[in-house]
Amino acid sequence: MKLGFLVDLNLCMGCKGCEIACKVENEVPLSTWRLRVKYIDLGTFPDTRRSFTPLRCNHCESAPCERICPVSALHYLENGIVNIDSDRCIGCAGCMMACPYGAIYMDPETNTADKCTYCAHRIESGMMPACVVACPVEANIFGDIEDDHSHISLYIMEHKGAVQVRKPEKHTSPTHFYVGGGNATLNPLAHQRIEGFSLFNDITHLEHVGDKNHGILDRFLAPFTGHHGPTDNASFIESATDTESHEQEGGH
Amino acid sequence: MVESTINATQAVVTLDVPIQGLVWGSIITVNMWAKSIGTGVVFLAAFLWFRHKKDEMPNLRWLMPVLAFVSLNVFLLFTLIDLHQPYRMIHIFTHPHWTSSITVGAWMASLFLAIITILMVIGVADAFPGLGGKKCKLTAIARNNSGFYEKIMPFMVFLAIPVTTYTAIIMAQSSARELWQAPTEVMQMMWAALMAGSAALIFISGSWSKEARKDLALVLTFAVFFSFMMYMGEYFFSFKSSEAEAVLAYVHSGGAYSVEFWFGMTLGFIIPFFLGMSYMKSENMTLLRFAAILALVGLFLVKDVWLKIPQMLPLS
Ligand code: SF4
Ligand code: SF4
Repeated sequence: MKLGFLVDLNLCMGCKGCEIACKVENEVPLSTWRLRVKYIDLGTFPDTRRSFTPLRCNHCESAPCERICPVSALHYLENGIVNIDSDRCIGCAGCMMACPYGAIYMDPETNTADKCTYCAHRIESGMMPACVVACPVEANIFGDIEDDHSHISLYIMEHKGAVQVRKPEKHTSPTHFYVGGGNATLNPLAHQRIEGFSLFNDITHLEHVGDKNHGILDRFLAPFTGHHGPTDNASFIESATDTESHEQEGGH
Repeated sequence: MVESTINATQAVVTLDVPIQGLVWGSIITVNMWAKSIGTGVVFLAAFLWFRHKKDEMPNLRWLMPVLAFVSLNVFLLFTLIDLHQPYRMIHIFTHPHWTSSITVGAWMASLFLAIITILMVIGVADAFPGLGGKKCKLTAIARNNSGFYEKIMPFMVFLAIPVTTYTAIIMAQSSARELWQAPTEVMQMMWAALMAGSAALIFISGSWSKEARKDLALVLTFAVFFSFMMYMGEYFFSFKSSEAEAVLAYVHSGGAYSVEFWFGMTLGFIIPFFLGMSYMKSENMTLLRFAAILALVGLFLVKDVWLKIPQMLPLS
């Protein structure tokens, strides 16, 4: 059995239901994500269109994150899932340097790496990943890609030639596929990221990976003192209040 | 940064999560920099002992391992403090994953440090016969096994090669940071070690023979020259993926880190090259020391920038 994921971008309507379901299911802390839906506006007025791309770990068959992990915290499950053992992780961030998709984050509460696991804990008890269940338009299709009769295999066969993966040139062999996406949605260079001009919030850069209040010394003291520092979202709030340039550029 | 106008698609990201900034920052730079000194002094000591008589460089036998010991401990300390779970460092030894060059490097560096410690104890015990008094067993054992130093020295030189270059392999495994993945990175690490090693030894070479000092200056001059040429090749001419090219184009056009890069290049490579050349004629030790300081500072700056630039690649 090899589990795979397919998103039909023709169906996705950008409701972010999957994003929220993932956050709730996996208790993903503020400022971090396992799954996100990126919005892209294409074309020039009046010929424009908005496209939505859910992004998560691709569970690569040849995963650079697994290869670089010095302690096997990242490991393959028999069903093909690239899983992570947070008790093993030493927090070296090697995997964050290796994943070409930016799918891994440093959990500010546990100080360990984390990412989408295709909800391995749910799969174990025969359930679907939380994001699949939450999708109102069934744009998320999940199943065994080695079984020719599974929904996902049939979908892939039906859309032969139009099935894409992210960054195939990286030779990571993702088991996460897209249908209906174009170059602009999947290629980071094919779209612009204009600072301070966006739909709902400013596109910001996180200066701190992990909890801003959790400094180097705290990492050493944490086992004795516990971790009391709240996850600090101030950096977003500060930049969000800088609305002047935002408005100058036509933001709302 | 890389957001040039893309007429073909006219695509703009309008909603996304905040993008993670730098993950490996200056702590890792200190790590690499200190490691270059720690391994570089071993290479240089071997080279000098091969070329000259030992009594031309009387303090080298004990000061080389002391310098290496201090640098390697700085390197390991900074490796540790960069971990988000520092106490779990032990997992690298109890649950090693051998496909990871982080694991292989940590094991080799630990072995290297262990052997350097032995060299240091022997070297210091021999250099200071009164040390520890007559009853000190450690110095007595060290003195009785003095010949061991020369026996393990070739092994040390051999081990110093992978210890100094394994960081390049970690970078090669960092598939998300394409600018690090250049094969030349291995040679760049070697040149950095020769540069840092010769610069560090210059400070203790005051009592050495002129020829030995000239050799040090020669290695420093060569190392900064070839290192500079390799950086230039990488910076301007190598063929990379479109993403890496886009980031470099942004830096070339005066974007973030451009000033730091050229400042580091001038300070650490161009000026020391001319100072090193002038030492060959003038034998002015002050100038050579100045070159050594600049080389160490410049190497740090350039390594820091080279570590950070590739992390600007957009990943989604
Ligand atoms: S997408 Fe990234 S995190 Fe997921 S398996 Fe591939 S390399 Fe690892
Ligand atoms: S941060 Fe954790 S999971 Fe990632 S490579 Fe390091 S030890 Fe492995």
